Amino acid sequence: MTESLAPHFKQPLLKTPFHERARALSQIDSFVPWAGYTTVDVFSTMEQEYFSIRNATTLYDLTPMVKYRVSGPEAMPYLNRLVTRDVAKLRPDRVAYCVWCNDAGHLIDDGTIFRMGESDYRICTAERQIDWLLDSAIGFDVQIVEVTEQIAALAVQGPTSCAVLKTMGLWGVEKLKPFEIGYFMLGAHPLTVSRTGFTGDLGYELWMEPGAALGLWDALMEAGRSRGIRAIGSQALNVARIEAGFLLPNVDFVSAEHTIRTGRDRSPLELGLGWLVDFNKGHFTGRRALLQEKTQGPRRQLVGLDIAGNKPAHNALLYTDDSGKREIGSVTSAIWSPTCKRNIALAIVDAPHFQIGSTVWAEIYLNRELVWERRMSRAQVVERPFFAPERRRATPPAEF
Amino acid sequence: MRTPRDLDAIIVGAGHNGLVAGCYLARSGLKVLVLERQPYIGGAAVSRQLYENFTYSNCSYVCSLLRPEIIRTLELPKYGLQVIPYEGGVTMMQGGGHLANYDNHDALRREIARHSTRDAEAYDRYARDVMRQCKFIKPLLMREPPDPTSFKPRDIQELLYLGRRFHGLGEERMYDTLRFWTMSAADFLDEYFESEIVKAHFAGSSIIGTALGPRSPGTAYVLLHHYMGDIDDTVGAWGFARGGMGSITKALGASFEASGGTIRSAAPVAKILVRNGRASGVALAGGEEIHAPLVISNLDVRRTFLETMDSKDLPDEFLRQVKNFKIRGSSGKLNIALDGMPRFPAIPEGSPSIRGDMHVTDTIEMMEHAYDDWKDGRWSRAPYIDMLIPSQIDPTMVPDGKHYMSVFVQYCPYELADGPWDAAKRRAFGDTVIDTIAQHSPNFKELILHAEIRTPWDIENEVGLTEGNIFQGELTMDQLLFNRPVPGYAQYRAPVRGVYMCGSSTHPGGGVMGAPGANAARAVLRDLGRAN
Repeated sequence: MTESLAPHFKQPLLKTPFHERARALSQIDSFVPWAGYTTVDVFSTMEQEYFSIRNATTLYDLTPMVKYRVSGPEAMPYLNRLVTRDVAKLRPDRVAYCVWCNDAGHLIDDGTIFRMGESDYRICTAERQIDWLLDSAIGFDVQIVEVTEQIAALAVQGPTSCAVLKTMGLWGVEKLKPFEIGYFMLGAHPLTVSRTGFTGDLGYELWMEPGAALGLWDALMEAGRSRGIRAIGSQALNVARIEAGFLLPNVDFVSAEHTIRTGRDRSPLELGLGWLVDFNKGHFTGRRALLQEKTQGPRRQLVGLDIAGNKPAHNALLYTDDSGKREIGSVTSAIWSPTCKRNIALAIVDAPHFQIGSTVWAEIYLNRELVWERRMSRAQVVERPFFAPERRRATPPAEF
Repeated sequence: MRTPRDLDAIIVGAGHNGLVAGCYLARSGLKVLVLERQPYIGGAAVSRQLYENFTYSNCSYVCSLLRPEIIRTLELPKYGLQVIPYEGGVTMMQGGGHLANYDNHDALRREIARHSTRDAEAYDRYARDVMRQCKFIKPLLMREPPDPTSFKPRDIQELLYLGRRFHGLGEERMYDTLRFWTMSAADFLDEYFESEIVKAHFAGSSIIGTALGPRSPGTAYVLLHHYMGDIDDTVGAWGFARGGMGSITKALGASFEASGGTIRSAAPVAKILVRNGRASGVALAGGEEIHAPLVISNLDVRRTFLETMDSKDLPDEFLRQVKNFKIRGSSGKLNIALDGMPRFPAIPEGSPSIRGDMHVTDTIEMMEHAYDDWKDGRWSRAPYIDMLIPSQIDPTMVPDGKHYMSVFVQYCPYELADGPWDAAKRRAFGDTVIDTIAQHSPNFKELILHAEIRTPWDIENEVGLTEGNIFQGELTMDQLLFNRPVPGYAQYRAPVRGVYMCGSSTHPGGGVMGAPGANAARAVLRDLGRAN
């Protein structure tokens, strides 16, 4: 049961099925709201949690991800109309990363679609949007139900994650290819495992009924004891996802369902997600607008930046040169990459400055013991992801 | 009070807009006199003690629209103004149950989801669209509306500004804007929500103060008008003025006097005097004449031009348009002193929603039926009420442990079908409202220490608003922007030189906003060549 006992007006945030364990492990009481749940931002130190992602195995509670079950005879045609990718190509027991747009070709959200059966799909996404999903379903023989509270979810990520899952008894998990779904039993509880994640590393996401959550957590902790398993919060994950070049809604883009100002909507082409748009699959929402945009070329694009110096370019404005006269974009996500030892960022940059190899200048403000300094740093537009280890794709994965 | 000599301007009426205009003019160095009919200032923004140690905001009762730039420029905080936002709001249902409003997004989503999961998520789209329209309109509030028929550079410039802003909305939202300004609140809400209670909850602000029902075209705009305000950049937030709404006009009065202005209360203006085709001053009811080259009227247009000016001084067509100006009385008000806090069993213990505006109309249908009664010339048998207990938040209004309840009532006609208002009818109207509340609060009646019952007729007689219309004229598209109050006269200048209008009959309309007063002052100063 995920419902907390206090009424929602006294305690608006729900507790996930893993909350009890997270609360016990939290050393600094750093919790943040996420999609209606209270979740851990940092357990102890962000750095140690981050390095566990790249070195060992980490547990991250992703129960708040919004989940919809889409089923019925026309589930596939419905999804194919909804998203820009060709869902007809998605085989059973496979997962596809997708985006969906409004008629103007502006991004509503991104997420993953799981094909759980012949005509049974699950959408896993960041924002609640039953309103949009139901409007899109007009004329389709399809049922759409939110199942967020019925499914507990835990990301098990890191180079030793496969080994830990095997130790826990998930025989054959090593055979799962990236974006593949496998079904297991943990004691009496069914457990769905997908080889997916938000870290750009070897990793899996585990889906189960809420009643099985604590048992699974304990079994993982036990199995991973000798392999440095550690629970992580959202801050550590954020560093990993920027290295992997993944986008975060409301950070790197705002859903067209939420924008107030004109010009704040983003198309998948602008976000560098053109590879997710299949113009040959027939009609889908936003197709005409996206086709037109493709012909004309996007006006701006989300790119990766490699920035001189070692100070993250948080919220930096970008210019054509170091005089800072002509503004051509801004940074949406920035970190010092602990693995790459590079100062990296995701940024929205106007045409034509978004070409790989272009130079732009970032205006970075540094707080030096309460004295603010402004620095113009040279930055180069580079390929994403910034970090993509081979182990993320190897099947079967290595033991570490 | 001594009347100063060599006045530059006389302002008729010490309502909030008259005082705002006075403040701006006095700050520009003009010698200004404000004349008020009542022995107290404030117009419809007053705090009054009608029962021992209880302060009532006995006309307007909540604050949101008062422009922050006015509060800042006129230094109102220095003169005691403090606006405290309240959270909450709730609609109680006929058979028990409720829908509450919460500031916290997740709490609100879960609250709406109790009635409809879909509506809980559609709310975000609704909030987005309302916000988009507010963003478009807000900058227009503090500007003089352009005359689309004029070729004056200023008008062309302002029209271009309006056009650019409109175009800047983007194609899809341009369509929405036109729809929004003309459609009914019921149709508008149908585009977002499926649950009756959710629609009824949000429809309330579409009828407050208007002689229209939720199904009447144009009410979607009224809804928007109530969202346009903000407190500390939280758009749509409403608050209490600490000490009651009178503290707004009290602060304005103090700011005005600090800038050298003079206020004379208990000085009813009988006539605006015109000599050789231009303003020359005013005559008071007692016969005294006070002279000044500028007269700015805070009264509504009907009262200004039909009752306070000689029709011979005014153009015929203008007079005809003023006669046709829609300013219908549709709302009443109860102010109630309570011996303690009433219980509302439908609202769960500890819910902060009780500190906001409370309602008992749970369907649009019921709201429309309430309007049907008004059309038939009687008060609604099941009225829509906007009920607040500000003493839960403001400690200055009542003795400790007691409470003050403000009940705004929609609909109540200015003229009854069965003849004029009298004491018995007023009491019967009050009983209807009290019975309505008592249906949702078992101990309510026994807590009542005193109740002031105000019909539109009472509001007109006391405050001076024609028919008791709280907006000084309906907020419908035909009476907005360059058509407010009447076509060709939207720029605060009357047809007679030296006579100006600064009340809510002018753009951007009613609510304790102050924008008409500020805009009118700017028009006066521009004409004097003192543009600020």
